[in-house]
Parts: sequence; C-alpha cells; structure tokens
Amino acid sequence: MARVADRPHPPGRYPLVVVGSGPGGLQVSYFLRRLGVHHAVLSADPAPGGMFRRYPLFQRLNTWTKPYALAERRTRPYEWYDWNSLVGDEPAHRSTVPEFMDGTSYFPSRAEMARGLEAFAERTRVQVRYDCRWEATRREDDGFALETSDGQYRSRAVVFAIGMAEPWKPDIPGIEAVPHYVDTPPVTTLAGKRVFLIGKRNSGFEIADALLPWARQIVLGSPRPPIMSVFTSGAGVRAKYLVPYEDYVMGGGVFILDATIERVERTADDWRVFTTGQRTGPLEFRVDQVIATTGFSTPLADLPALGVATFSQGRLPRQTPYWESSTLPGIYFAGAVTQGAIGIRKHGSAGNSAGVAGARHNARVLATHLAQTRFGVAIPRPALGSDGVVGFMLAEATRAPELWNQQAYLARVVTLDPAAGWVDDGIVPLAAYVDAAGPDAAAITVELDTNGDHHPTVYLRKDGRVSEHALPADPLLVFEGTKQRAELAALLGDLGPVAA
Amino acid sequence: MSRDEIVDAMAGLVLFADLSRPQLAAAAHTFEEEWFTEGQRILRQGFTGSNFYVILEGEAAVKINGETRATLARGEFFGEVSVLLGEAPTADVVALRPLRCMVLAGPETEPFLIAYPRVMYRILQAQARRLRTANLWRG
Repeated sequence: MARVADRPHPPGRYPLVVVGSGPGGLQVSYFLRRLGVHHAVLSADPAPGGMFRRYPLFQRLNTWTKPYALAERRTRPYEWYDWNSLVGDEPAHRSTVPEFMDGTSYFPSRAEMARGLEAFAERTRVQVRYDCRWEATRREDDGFALETSDGQYRSRAVVFAIGMAEPWKPDIPGIEAVPHYVDTPPVTTLAGKRVFLIGKRNSGFEIADALLPWARQIVLGSPRPPIMSVFTSGAGVRAKYLVPYEDYVMGGGVFILDATIERVERTADDWRVFTTGQRTGPLEFRVDQVIATTGFSTPLADLPALGVATFSQGRLPRQTPYWESSTLPGIYFAGAVTQGAIGIRKHGSAGNSAGVAGARHNARVLATHLAQTRFGVAIPRPALGSDGVVGFMLAEATRAPELWNQQAYLARVVTLDPAAGWVDDGIVPLAAYVDAAGPDAAAITVELDTNGDHHPTVYLRKDGRVSEHALPADPLLVFEGTKQRAELAALLGDLGPVAA
Repeated sequence: MSRDEIVDAMAGLVLFADLSRPQLAAAAHTFEEEWFTEGQRILRQGFTGSNFYVILEGEAAVKINGETRATLARGEFFGEVSVLLGEAPTADVVALRPLRCMVLAGPETEPFLIAYPRVMYRILQAQARRLRTANLWRG
C-alpha cells in the first residue's frame, strides 16, 4: 500500500484542479497532460472507474463495443464501433474495453467495462489522488479554494467530473419510503411478486428486463410515454431493453402506463400506488414492491450556493457550449454532467453526452479549449490545401467518431486563413461555432433528417453569417462520392479556392 | 424549480388554460425545461430541425436578418410555424435577458397537439390574431 507521502498532487495551489476519477475525469486529465497543462486530479474513490465500479445494477451495459467491426481496433474510426473505451492519441491507449470482453455479448459487462477503464488509467499513467474527498468550495479573488479530506487545493479553474451519481426522486407524496433503483432488492426476493416501477427510462426498463423471469406482474408508470432509441437514433430507452416493451405490446403481463403518480402508500403487507392518466383515468395498483427508477442528479454539493445555476429540477448545472457554468465562470464540467449543455437541439436531440460515447469526445474538446483559452497553448492548425480540404471534410463526415457519436452536436471546422489557406481548426461544439463571430469557415457534422437518413451537413460562415447545407445521403453511409464532392466543392468555392 | 412549480407556472399560461391538473402534469413531462443566457440564440434563421418553445420567464427578440421585429414574453410561444410547416425558421429568436422556456422537440409536436386539441385550439387563436394584425397592417 502506498504511503500518504507517495500519493500524487498534495494539497496546495495548482493551475487547474479536476475532481473525479470516472470516465470523464480520466479522459479530461489524459488530454490535459498531453497538451502540457499541469493539473491535480482528486477523487473520493479508492480506484478509477466512477459509476462503473457499481453500476449498471444488472451488470450489463446497454451500449455496444464490437470486437470485430468495419474499422480496425486501436484506430480512430474504430471508436464509433466501440462506445465504451476511452479515447487516446496513441494506438496503445485506444480500445481497452474489447480486450477484456469474453464474446458472450457485444454489450460489455460491468466488470469488463471497469477493467477497460482500469487498463486505460494504468497504461496512460493518469495520476489521481484517490481517497481524497472534495468537501467544500469557496470563491477567492483569483479562483476557487476546495476543502478536501486531505487539505486545501486552490486553483483559478476547476473541472468537476462528478457524474450523474446522486439517486434522485421526484416530489410524489409517499415516495420517501420507496427504494431507489440503487437499492433494488435482490431479484430472487421478487419471485412471483407484483412490482411497480416508477419511471420509464433506461433504468426502469433495465430492472423490468431483469425481473421478466421472476416477477408475476411488472408495471412501469410515469406521465410521459416511453421514448425508444430505435426511433430517435439516440436518446431514449436502448434496444437492449426492448423485451419488456414487446411483452407489454403482446399482453404478457408487463404494463406500460402513461399516468401521473399521485401518491404511494405503504400498507402492512403491500403497497398502493394511485395514478391518474389521460387515457386511463384514475387507477389504483396494489403491488408487493415499488421501486423508484427515477434517475440521478449531479452531486453539486455547495456549488449552487456559490452561484452555479441549475435546471431540470436542480439535477444539472446550466452550461455554455464549452461546458462552463453559465453563471459561475471558472467552473467547468466533464463526463455525464455535460449532458446539461444542450447544443442547438436539432429535431429535439441534445447530443449523446450522457454516455461515455459522447462525453469522452467532449472531454477532449474541453481539454483543448482550456489549454488554448486559459493556458496559452498553441494548438496546431494543419494546412489542408485547396486540393485537400474537400476530401478531408468528407472523410471526417464518413469516419470521425466525434461526428457520429455526437450528431448535430460536435463539428469539424476548417477555416480559410489569409496566410495559410484552408486549415483544420479541429472538433468544436456546433453551438459555439454557429453562434460565434469569426472568419470565413465551414463546419461539417453528421445529422439525421426527418426520414431517418444520415446526412453530412455543412455550416458555411461567410462575412459573419452562418448558413446550413445538407449534403446528399448515402445508403452505405460513405459520403465521399462524386455528388457529395461536387456539392461541397461548390459551397467552399464560395469562400476561397478549392479543387474538387 | 420542481415539477409542481412548473405545472403551476403552466397553469397560469393562456396556452394551457383549458387543461386539467393531470393533463398539465403529463404535458409538463412531455416538455423539457431549458434556460438561455442573455444574447443566446434559441431559434436560428435558416436552420432546419427546430423545436416548439413556450416562454415561462424572461424576454426574447424576434430578429430577421439581424433586425428586431417583435419581442416575446412570458406565456408566448415560438417555433410553431417552422415545426408545423417542416421548414427552417425565417427569423432568429434571441434571449434579451435570462430566459426560461419549455421546449417540445419538433417531431413530438404533432402527436402532442393531437393529444391536446385544446392547446391546438389556443395556438390557432393566437395565429388568427397574428393574421388579423398582419391584415390590418396591409389594409
């Protein structure tokens, strides 16, 4: 066991402090170090992994990692086929999760995921001060002071990668007595029982799926109809949990109820749940167990008192497109909390930041943004040449994992530099690009249209105004054909010299 | 703001005046809450895939080619024209001060209005008023 003196990042002043050692904290620290930004990482946990040290409850993730895919493992394009590994610049730092998968499913188990994260932390030598709990925060003239179980840390800026980790319940009379998802009783104790699950998101369906071989009757109830990812290509209940839904559609004993939960009562030997639905009217359920699968909130502790404004009933901090508190500058977020930065919400979609797949790319963009804006690090802007820019952008639209994981949310930007010509300005939040003044440039994203077709979409900024142009779709999702080349060349040609 | 407070705020808006409490609660869950800081764009002129917004608090400007044409305040809504027509908005909507909205995703708007015909009727009334005003201007 390491002695206290051997632990990294002793209390003191640092240019930047990162709190958390889940996927968000590990990923942002990795990129900060590669950019040369000195920082301390603190974590209350004894080891890396964050929520994957405990959840999902039933030990199987709902996002794919395909051991064999259309791209080679340990390459950047492979990241799209592996939503769970953290991302890295070197092949040795990539694709750590599939290494540990035993082939029984392309959804990794919790243990396989946790091993993948540990391997990333080990190989990249991310330095974390474990068992160091952030306890209180204070504003100072030039930044913040964090009180921790090990002492005081001071810094101009702090990145909180603290997860959506706090069990959350809505205000329903009687819900205090109802166990939350995290306290779900063992399934064997629910054999032959009637179970009411409050909530119809992934955690509700995860439990319903696990209870199918056990419970006599399963009711999932909440006011809003379930949203299924197979229809939205993103948000909603994942296909892995469609089985309870099919059971409901076929009338097999699962009930999916769109109704307001008025109150819950604990009686001597069962529970009563009182509901009112627009279609069902008032309905009362007598069940053996009620579970609140009502989600999580961000454990912001004293940050709201300091000025971090929240929304969604206090569950998420309001953020700028670069994941900075929109009311307390200098406080940034990484990991699942970045789902609070909504983006431009095309067709209602707010990106895929709630999962590792999207949040890992956000972390890289955040690290780059911090390095540039707070630490004066010059980020290379490779010249693309008038004969290379079209091919580069279309290759990105076809294969960039950032653009596929974060559709209509992250964009690849190329700028027309007066001296260097077309240069690559990297991946940025689309919302930041379209709403900021700037030089003539073009950004490319991947987006779904209302028919469910993916299109590369170009945002052309000319004389300070941004216009949107969807390029043709492709049945095999390869956007490098003659039609796309010609249309993109014509668009870029409006700004500067381009060879198609 | 708790879900109950959102339901209370909705109950005070003309748009939702005809809904019962359970209907309001269900509607409140269908919308998402969203905040915008001063100067932030909510609707973007010429961008497809926009959504339907109802203002709970604050004020916003309607701008066409950068020129302010109208301001919107609590209880007013925007984005419905582009959602209904499936076309990009012809104006920007920009927060004039911190703005709290309820947002309904574009693709969810049609099923929502069909489920709540009284809300649809209120929207029709608002559109009729706008049309009348526009006709008066022309006449």
